[in-house]
Amino acid sequence: MIKIKSSEITSKEEYLSRRDFLKTAGIVTAGAALLAACGAEEEIPATPATSNLPAEEVATDLTQELTAKESVLNYNNYYEFTTDKERVAKLAEDFVFSPWTVEVSGLVNKPQTFGIEDLLSKFTIEERIYRMRCVEAWSMVIPWNGFTLASLLNEVEPTSDAKFVRFETLADPDQMPGLINKLYPWPYQEGLRLDEAMNDLTLLSTGLYGESLAGQNGAPIRLVVPWKYGFKSIKSIVKIELTAEQPSTFWEGIAPNEYGFYANVNPAVDHPRWSQATERRISELKRRETLYLNGYADEVAHLYEGMDPNNLY
Amino acid sequence: MNKKKWKFTPLQIAAHLGSLIPLALMLWDIANGNLGIDPIRNFTLRTGKTALVLLLLSLACTPVNTLFKFKQVLKLRRPFGVYSFLYASIHFAIFIGLDYAFSWALIQDALLEKRYAIVGLITGLILLALAITSTIGWQRRLKKNWKKLHKLAYLSGLLAVIHYIWLVKQGVLDPWYFAAILLILLSLRLPAIKKAIASLRAKKMQKTAR
Ligand code: HEM
Repeated sequence: MIKIKSSEITSKEEYLSRRDFLKTAGIVTAGAALLAACGAEEEIPATPATSNLPAEEVATDLTQELTAKESVLNYNNYYEFTTDKERVAKLAEDFVFSPWTVEVSGLVNKPQTFGIEDLLSKFTIEERIYRMRCVEAWSMVIPWNGFTLASLLNEVEPTSDAKFVRFETLADPDQMPGLINKLYPWPYQEGLRLDEAMNDLTLLSTGLYGESLAGQNGAPIRLVVPWKYGFKSIKSIVKIELTAEQPSTFWEGIAPNEYGFYANVNPAVDHPRWSQATERRISELKRRETLYLNGYADEVAHLYEGMDPNNLY
Repeated sequence: MNKKKWKFTPLQIAAHLGSLIPLALMLWDIANGNLGIDPIRNFTLRTGKTALVLLLLSLACTPVNTLFKFKQVLKLRRPFGVYSFLYASIHFAIFIGLDYAFSWALIQDALLEKRYAIVGLITGLILLALAITSTIGWQRRLKKNWKKLHKLAYLSGLLAVIHYIWLVKQGVLDPWYFAAILLILLSLRLPAIKKAIASLRAKKMQKTAR
């Protein structure tokens, strides 16, 4: 089994050339299913609803759209450190995240507290290249490393009463200077419906660009829900709880009319104060049209059948 | 023309140079490729912030004179105001030309339907009117109305702060610091407060005279 955690990979360029090598070696194009089976790399078909390109080609496209690693590492919304995106990296430089445990509890048959090492050895780390769309109307394409949230949840066995999953970020005032802003209801918390949590796209990420997560990106473990606005993808998780009731979330507690529980990416539903029709992809000059469900409608639109998209902000 | 008019005081020179420093820094950063990770946003925020700071500086001149009887600063109201307009123009130009690349359909959606942008636009239009009529010629032509017109500067300060408050996420405190400063500056213009300051000053003078 190949674990993608090679520290020698440093830049986007090197990273891409490695992928090119894999591709010419016939590994990348060998098909997602086969790759998943041998645990190397899995290309998620990222077909936008309107595209008729074969999934694989679109996935390759996304590879070509990768946001530079420097940008991913230095442009972060992580209010526990600061609200200044370009200063988070500096302030998170000395963030200590080992030892680290994740408590999984609530409506499960086997509540457990996992050490981060247990998680890394227990689950196969795969690579997923996802679009990331911030509610502030900018976006990136990031090659994550991680495992599906479903695989963790299967391990603890949710009971039949479990309908939602609640997540919580570390809140350590000694390490996180931003916690001094008492206007925010710390700790950061997020939630998903259980079927959203079990969807194959939903990832617990432990790395990006083939390296362990940096503090500013939510080390050592964070959620990635690519069809929702970025604030749903909660960072530095210490607690996961299965619940029967819809959990309250951080931003919903602050401005429920602007940042709802669902927070599905939708160009047709504006933020009350700004348009969500377009986005600026970091490093691109021209705005892009924002895609419905961030381009993952094929994979997740069925989760919202019969619901009014206007209420899924 | 009176020769004296063209003599700048050191304070005026400092104000002009100081107002141009942010622009120089931006050009320096552009020349050196220090564009930040999201260059359009970077320069939008920097020009917007500078426009606001200069606008508040312009509004601070009269209260500073009220407090300290320092008449020289009154001469700085115009340059600070005009430079504020300059930065606001660049700010607006970036929005229209770079951020939305002159795509009118998108601009309509982003500019004319969102309250923070509408408020920004009104602020910009006020600054435009004030900048155009800031010359001595216009001052003469408008006579009494000039003063009335230029009272709009207060409104533009207020609207600029509201623009800022409406575009940040809740709990981000920066615009509220500007709101607090503006509130202090505006309250120093209330007749009652001005009177109180004047009588305080008179008392102090009496004391020192004794
Ligand atoms: C003419 C119409 C205007 C438009 C369309 C406009 C648009 C914008 C936009 C898009 C942003 C950045 C929002 C973000 O990415 O977070 C912004 C920020 C800002 N603008 Fe404007 N603006 C306008 C006029 C003005 C004027 C006249 C002033 C001040 C005199 C001003 C002051 C600011 C300030 C202070 C910021 C925030 C800077 C920061 O966060 O550091 N804007 N504006």
